[in-house]
Formats: sequence, C-alpha cells, structure tokens
Amino acid sequence: MKSFALVARATPSRLFAWLSPVIAILLTLAAGAWLFALMGKDPVQGLRVFLLEPLSSVRALSELALKATPLILVGTGLAVCFRANIWNIGAEGQLIAGAIAGGGIALLATRESTRAFVPAILLASALGGAAWAAITAWLRDRFNANEILVSLMLVYVAQLLLAWLVQGPLKDPAGYGFPQSRLFEAAARMPLLIEGTRLNIGFVLALAAVGFIWALLARSVIGFQLRVSGLAPLAARYAGYSGRRVLWFSLLLSGAFAGLAGGLEAAGPIGQLSPTISPGYGFAAIIVAFVGRLHPVGIVLAAFVMALFYIGGELAQSRLGLPSALTGVYQGLLLFFLLACDTLVGHRLQWRSAARAD
Amino acid sequence: MEIITSLVATTMSAGTPLLLAAVGIVVSERSGVVNLGTEGIMLVAAVTGFGIVHLSGQYWLGFVAGALAGALLSMLFAALAIGLLTNQYATGLAVALFGAGLSAFIGQPLQGQTLPARGADGIALLRDLPLAGPALFAQHWLVYFALALTGAVAWFLFRTRGGLVLRAVGEAPESAHALGYPVRRIRFAALAFGGACAGLAGAYLSTVHTPLWSEGMVSGRGWIALALVTFATWRPGRVLLGAYLFGGVTMLQFYLQGQGVDIASQWLAMTPYLATIVVLALISRNPRWIRLNMPASLGKPFSPNG
Amino acid sequence: MTPRISLRGISKRYPSVVANDDVSLDVLPGEILAILGENGAGKSTLMKIIYGVARPDAGSIAIDGQTVEIESPAQARSLGIAMVFQHFALFDSLTVAENVALGLPPARLADVEARLAQRSRRYALEIDPGQRVHDLSVGERQRVEILRSLLGDPRLLILDEPTSVLTPQAVDRLFDTLRQLAADGVSIVFISHKLDEIRRLASRCIVMRTGRVVADVDPRAESEAGLARLMIGADPPAIAAHDTPPGEIALQVSSLSTRGAERRSWLHGVSFDVRRGEIVGIAGISGNGQAALMAVLGGEWLVDPDTVRIGGRAAGDLDPAQRRALGLRYVPEERLGHGAVPGLTLAENVLLTGDTLQSGGLIRLNQARELAAEVLQRFDVRARGPSARAESLSGGNLQKFIVGREIHAAPSVLVVDQPTWGVDVGAAARIRNELIALRAAGCAILVVSEELDELYELCDRLLVIAKGRMSPPVRPHDIAIDEIGRWMSGLWAPAAAPAAGAIA
Repeated sequence: MKSFALVARATPSRLFAWLSPVIAILLTLAAGAWLFALMGKDPVQGLRVFLLEPLSSVRALSELALKATPLILVGTGLAVCFRANIWNIGAEGQLIAGAIAGGGIALLATRESTRAFVPAILLASALGGAAWAAITAWLRDRFNANEILVSLMLVYVAQLLLAWLVQGPLKDPAGYGFPQSRLFEAAARMPLLIEGTRLNIGFVLALAAVGFIWALLARSVIGFQLRVSGLAPLAARYAGYSGRRVLWFSLLLSGAFAGLAGGLEAAGPIGQLSPTISPGYGFAAIIVAFVGRLHPVGIVLAAFVMALFYIGGELAQSRLGLPSALTGVYQGLLLFFLLACDTLVGHRLQWRSAARAD
Repeated sequence: MEIITSLVATTMSAGTPLLLAAVGIVVSERSGVVNLGTEGIMLVAAVTGFGIVHLSGQYWLGFVAGALAGALLSMLFAALAIGLLTNQYATGLAVALFGAGLSAFIGQPLQGQTLPARGADGIALLRDLPLAGPALFAQHWLVYFALALTGAVAWFLFRTRGGLVLRAVGEAPESAHALGYPVRRIRFAALAFGGACAGLAGAYLSTVHTPLWSEGMVSGRGWIALALVTFATWRPGRVLLGAYLFGGVTMLQFYLQGQGVDIASQWLAMTPYLATIVVLALISRNPRWIRLNMPASLGKPFSPNG
Repeated sequence: MTPRISLRGISKRYPSVVANDDVSLDVLPGEILAILGENGAGKSTLMKIIYGVARPDAGSIAIDGQTVEIESPAQARSLGIAMVFQHFALFDSLTVAENVALGLPPARLADVEARLAQRSRRYALEIDPGQRVHDLSVGERQRVEILRSLLGDPRLLILDEPTSVLTPQAVDRLFDTLRQLAADGVSIVFISHKLDEIRRLASRCIVMRTGRVVADVDPRAESEAGLARLMIGADPPAIAAHDTPPGEIALQVSSLSTRGAERRSWLHGVSFDVRRGEIVGIAGISGNGQAALMAVLGGEWLVDPDTVRIGGRAAGDLDPAQRRALGLRYVPEERLGHGAVPGLTLAENVLLTGDTLQSGGLIRLNQARELAAEVLQRFDVRARGPSARAESLSGGNLQKFIVGREIHAAPSVLVVDQPTWGVDVGAAARIRNELIALRAAGCAILVVSEELDELYELCDRLLVIAKGRMSPPVRPHDIAIDEIGRWMSGLWAPAAAPAAGAIA
C-alpha cells in the first residue's frame, strides 16, 4: 500500500526555513477568512478590516508600530534565550515586573519634574525585568529547576503582585475605587515620535535593540558561545564555554528587554499602572520569536504581523461585532501552522510503499 | 472540628482537577511524550463543559463534552508532534496559547451565565456519618471517580502487559519499534487518554468546583499538574498525594482569609505558585534522581523511518 | 537440501544511497554463514529486510521453499527468524524477564521466567531474570538479547556485529553457543567486519561491497589479506614504520580517581604518562571509564590540579581553553554534536578551539575562514569550502577536518578518542598517517580505541582500561592478543609488567 511518508533530510532545507513562516501566515489568513464565514460575516469584508484597515493611514501605521514595539523588544530578547536553548516562557512576568519598577519611578514625578525621569524610568524597567528573570536564572543555576515551569509560575506571581499594588499601596486616591494607580505626570511620559499619534521613542529603542542583538549574535564571542550552547551543548563544553555564563546572560538580557517593554507600555500609551498592562504581549512574543525564526530581521517582520492581528482583532470587534478574543485564536493558529510547515525544513515528503502500518 | 472536616472536604474537591489532569499526564508522559498544552486543554474543556451544561441542563453531558474536547485538542497536538515530528515543547506551548485564545473566544457569550441546580453530592448513607461523612463522603461523584481512575492507571501501568508495553515505548521507542510495536499509535492513544483526563478536570472546574466561566479560570492548574507529575516521578500513587497536597495549599488561602488573617488576598493567592517553585527547586537538586526515574525518551521525537 | 532461507534479487534504495543491489543468497539448515563487509556495504539493511523492519524495493524471499512477504518483525518471528541487534533493543529500567517477555507474544511473566531459566541452562548463558537491565554489563545485555531470540525457538538466527562489545574470552563463549545451536539445526547468519573471527567461526562467507554480493567463499581457505582485498576491493594501504626514541614526559596522570553518574564509569587510581615523540594507546571495551578519562583530560571535568600535569604544569583544574594554551589538544569520540556543531559552517567550527581568533569580545570571522581553508587543504578534506556546513561532510571527511583542526594547531600533547570509528578506509589510513607524522614531529599522542589492530599498528606503548582501572604499560609486540583479552576483563597482575614495558 502506497502512502506519504516523512523522511529525514540529510541537511535541513534552507529554502523551507525561509518559506515556512510565509506559508504559515498565508494559511492563518485563509483559516481566518473561513472563521469569518463560519460566524456569518463576509470573509472578504472581514479580511479587509483585519488586514487592510490597520495599514490605511499614517495614524493607523503609527498604531501598528506602537503595538509592534513591545513585541519586537520582548521577541528579540526571547530569541537570544531560545537560541541558547533556554526556554524563558515567563517573559510576561518580566514585562509586568518592569512595568512595576518603571511605573514606581514614574509615580515619583511631580508637575515640576524634569525630563530626566524618562531615562530613569527606562533604566528602572529594564532592571526590574532583569531582576525578575534573575529569580529563574538562580533557581536553574543553583537547583537545576526547569525554567519553563519556574518562569511561568512567576508570571502568575507577578500578576498578583501588580494587582495588589494597584488595589493597595499604589491605588489612586482620586480614582473612584478602581484598581489603578494615579496617572503619571507629563514629565514621566514617553516622548512622542510623531505629533498627533501615540507613537513614542520606544519604537526607535526597539529597532536599536534589534540591531544590537544582531551584531551580538553574529560578531561577539558571547553571541557565538550562546549559539553553540543551544545547537550542541556537548560541543560547548568541549570548547570550554561556561553554561552558567550563557544562562545568566540570556535570561538577564531577555528579562531586561521584557521589562523595558513593560515600562514603555506603562509610561507610554497607558500612562498609569493597572492590572491590564499587557494583553499577553509576553506570550505573543514567544510566537513572534518562532515565526521570526529567532532572527532579528524576521522578528521585526513577525512582530508587525502579530501587531496586525492585535489591531485587526480590535477593529473586528468594533466594526463587525466579533469577539476581540479572536486575536488569541489567530495567534495560536499561526504558531500551529508554523510548526507544521517547519516539518518540511527537516523532512521531505515521499510517496512510497508503507514500511509498516504504525 | 468543623474546620477540619471542611478543610478535608475542600482539599479533596480542589485536588481533584489536579489529580485528574496529572493522572492523564502520567500516562502520556510514560509513553515518552510531553504535552505542555495541558493548561490550554483544560481551558477549552472548561468552557465547553460549561457551555454544554448551560445549554442542555445535563451535567454528565458536560463532562463527556469536556473529555471529548480534551481528547480532540490532544489529537491536534499528536498530529503535529508525532505525525509531523514537530518540537514537542514548542507544540505544547502552541496548544496552551491556542487553548487560551480559543476558550476566551468561545466563552465570551458565556461570561456571567449560571448553571442549573444540581442534585445533592456525595454517597448516600455514608455522607450522613458524623465527621467522616461531610469530610470524605459528601463530594461530587467525579471526585471518587478520580480516585478510582488513579488506582486503575496504577494497576494498568504495573500489572498489565499493556502497561509494560507503554513503559517500554517511553523508555526506548527505537527498541520497541525494532521489536515490532506500533510506537506512534501507542503514543497517540496515550495522548488521547491524557487529553480526555485533562478535559474532565477542566469541565469539573467550571461546572462543579466553581460553577461559572471566566477567562483564564484554570489559573495555572494545568502547569502545576505538569510539575506535579515530575515531583511524583511518574507514579500514580505519589501523584495522588501531591495533587491533594496542592489542592490543600490552594484552599489554604481561603481558609486563612476566612480566619481573618490580615494578609491581602493577592499574597495568599500566590501560595500555590510559590509552593510549586519551592518544590521544583528541592526536587530538581539531584538531576540523577530525576533522570533515573524519568521515561528515558521523554520529549525526544521518534520517527519509524529513521 | 531445501535452504532454510533463500533471497533472490533483493534491492533497496534510500534517498542518498543504494543499500542493496540485486542480492541473492541461500542459507542451509545448521549452516553458519558469515556476511563480511565494511560500514555501508549494505549488510545491516539486508538483515533489516529479512527481519521485516524494512521492505525491499525488489526481489523475493523464500523460507523453507515457500515464498513469503515479511511485513513485520512479529511476522518474521512467527516464521522462525530471530535477530540479535548490534544496538540492543533493550529497555534499561525494566527487568530481564520483562525485556524478554516484550520480545514474545503475550504470555504470563512466570511462564516466561521458567522458559528463560531452561534456555539459559542449556546454552550456558547465565542471567538473573529479576535484575534490571541498566545494572548489567554489556556482555550480559547481549546474553539477554540472545536468550530473547532463543525463546522464540528460531530456525534462523541473525547476529549483527555481535563481538564488537565483547572481550576475547566472551567471544569464545559466544562462538561455543553458536556452534551448539548450529548442531541443533539452527541456521546462523553472522555479520562482521572482523576477519579473524569469521575464519574461526564460519564455514561459508559472503562478501558484500557497496550493496552487492562480490564473493561467496570458504573463509578458512582464504587468507586474511585475501578476505580484506575482497572486502575493500583493493589492497589495504600500508602504514609507515617508526623509529625515533621518545623524549620527556608531556602528559602525566597520577592517581586519578573520579565518581561519575554511573558506577561503571568511575575511575580508580589511574596513573600513566605520555612522552614527546611517542604514541600511547588505551585499549578497552567501551564503558569501562574511557568517557570519564577523556572528560578529565579534555577539561570538561575538573579535578584536583596535581592529578593531571601538562608539560609539568599542574592542570587538573584548568578549563579547556587553558589547556589548549598549554599545548594540549583533544579530539572527542563523537564528531557531530561534540567535536563539531552540525549546523555551523566549517569556518565557525574552527572557532570552537581557535582561541586566537577572538579579540576584544569579538570573533574574527575572516581569519577563521582562512584557517579553515588551510585545514581543508592540508588534510585533503572533501568539502565545498569553509562555508560548508559541518553536517554536509561525510564521516571520514569530517573526522579528517576535526583531527586536522587540532593537529594544525601544532599541539605538544594530542588526545584522540576513537580516531577512525565509522570512517572509510582511505580516510582512516590518512588519519593514522597524520598521527604518525605528528609523532615524528615530537608531539605526545594518546589514542583511545576499541580497535586492537589499530592500536597495534600505531602505538609504542599500550595500556588497557577495565572497570575504571589502568593496567601497567606494555609494548604491543610483547603481548599476545588473548593476554590483552584477559587484561580487558581486568585480569592483569597488579604490579607486574613485562620487563620491556617500561621505557628507559
């Protein structure tokens, strides 16, 4: 009996390494159109709202870039971790920790404060995120505890910490009892890039971060050590690379980037601390990192695609009356399709007689 | 005394979803596959179960629907990780994320809805015993089902040929394949079972434990169940202990709040997660011990074509 | 007499290679047939086809005269075919009885244990049914494999390279068992690349080369050189001889004791030295402490400083880069994943041990590329260039590259683990000649190998490692093969060594 079989390739296919994310995105859009139809909406209309409207004006593009900023930052940091085979799944927690730290500094600003607060907030956010990630690093270094579970548990802890802060010590006395902090003063808000939009310097920082990481991975010694540790841990030990150094470096770096993203959100478009600081950016960034092939340029592109999904979802809700949770569905579908398409990178389809029914 | 019986009872109830999910994970991980998507599966099953009970008024239908949803989502995972040889960890994460999104999506119209009233829980006659009655015998039948299931899985794993084959597949799939066992089919079946168990756990959460649906209500129990299985070194008996222990910790926060202890609720709510971290750290200190007890092929892809 | 098994025109093709090309052969009942061939000659594929693990693209199989389609190992077993794999199909955490039971149709464990005891007595293959496999030695594991196949009452028993993991004494016992089985009417097919064993055991030998049957001879009527010529297709390359006396001690190991993950790999008071201008070999069955010793010497495991001295300097606690700075270079056993990163280019792989290719925290890719090109040129590595990925090279070429990379750094001490494992004959000869040239240049070389012939060819002094202990050194020509075999079981006299063993 003849059927398809997956046979391992001798060397991974370069073509498919590039093609796979593209195919995955197309498949996701196709699935999206089908979902629209399933819910009784015109698929073409749905795709137009989802895909084209977010690109239709300078204002819309600025929103897209704004949404992409945290995804680029966190995704780039995660790429460093994942390349070293360190599964930092708790970037969401590090983002929240950064928001708390940055927001804490921001709340110290008064009407008379200077713009010096901006770098202070950014620094604090990065440190806050790095510190949160350091917990995971320490537990893995000292106790060999699995970083996936530890960093994830810390996400829940961070969320609860933020909830406590905004319902307790940091609660806005004039806020009618809502769980949120005071609004930050103007000095503590992120400077805008384009007047009339919400796009702030965070976008530039994100792109700079991408460039920095690109150089780091391609040219630096620690970048090379990181890559080898992820690709072939035995070879890394043979060469004499310190696994501990790689662990701490990648977790602290990705924690700092995630924290920075959190601070930028809090002191940027949101302007205060609240429990809904992040609609799951830390998790979406995992998908961004994968779809972007752990490559800096790919991540920027993937971040924009993901940002498109976010905004498209919001528009779909307001324009077409669809649930906003649609975004989450699309993100998950994208990752599924990517993983499925990735099979063809390492394997080839063969039409042949079945070896055995298995 | 009241306090103790109520503690025991709530511990059993809170431990049950952990127990159900973890027992399923034991079976699927013993076959050598790690499915990190348990949290997502539980969420989808929870919303499905809730929705079905809400629509039909029948609780048992909700459980069946939850189990089915769990099995189906596991099959999706299996199709990718086993059929297409994708990275098991990444695929499991994808299931978790997708499950979170899908459940939020399906559940949006169900927020704030209520379920029809249930009959009285517990085993007739036994529940009227003093002390032991309300403590042990007044639970929903799924609690006792979970206990029975644990025993059944233990018996299956260590006393039957099927269990032997399953353990062999998890230990060395290439050897099992060379001996002629259908490794992939066995793993598919193990994953379906694991998914169905997680599905039951999710449905129990949303229809019995706290009969409501709200986004993300599983609150990390799926992840804790995964950690639990490692703590328990893949043995059903130890899983039972661990599940009830963690169930107790989860309930502790409410008990303390009820006692008027002056700690903000959020800090108390952190206890299960912090406890998980602490136990993880203690257990992992000796990597040899884990490796010795772990199904040797856990997480590694297997292809019959080599 | 009807052949027990008859193959006609069997062909099998994989994407990158023709594994079997029109193979035909017969095996009679009670006959011991050897199949001789190099790695990649197609022997294992042919056996997989007979055992139902793979399907042929063309050809037919007949058992006792009846044509059959063998679609699964279970079916093969029901036809009376049993196979003992080169890489045992065992389950470490299960008991011997459970392992055996899994190879049989479903039955009660107690019944299996009883039959196991009976077979084990008949063929003198002692084993404890209740022991877990991970506690067994390699020889014992093979016994379990063989017993498992015997319990199926096979009429055809296939063994794939069974002696590669056995001491010479264990090989004798295995051969006795096989002769007894043959006398009982069981047909035996024995795959090997070891010429002397084939001549001892088999009455008939089929030689395979690149997927085809090239000869069907009586091995006892052929010389070893003749068989080798048939196997390789040409005369084996000659190895240059050696004459200069060794110099001062370059590598010294003193009373090295370690405890590792598995008891088997612990080291107990290992002491030896290697001098400049000599090659010292360490023989031994794998799993007797070699891995631990290599990890210690390479710097992957740190130990007490004085236990390892490089050029007189205490180095036991130095990391790999520091050892390279002292002139010690190491080639690990595994190429892909350990000695080289499969997915990186050759230029990048040079960076692994190229400590001079970094400055100011940055890597110097251009210089790495040049260095890689030099290595490719000097050691005749067939590859597209420095930008070729390591995984795209053949085993022999990659080994040449890795060994070359380390030799090119002009070390004063070179430690090599299994220099020619899995490597084609041409590349193997080239590597051995490079080692000899390196010795002539004054380097101190330590070679760990499971191939005794290789060690005999290359080494000035020989050591044997067994159960974590090191024998005293001997000169290869002063010791007979079966004496070495006893040493590999740990049976050397503690302080004694033949007089010529110590070098003045």
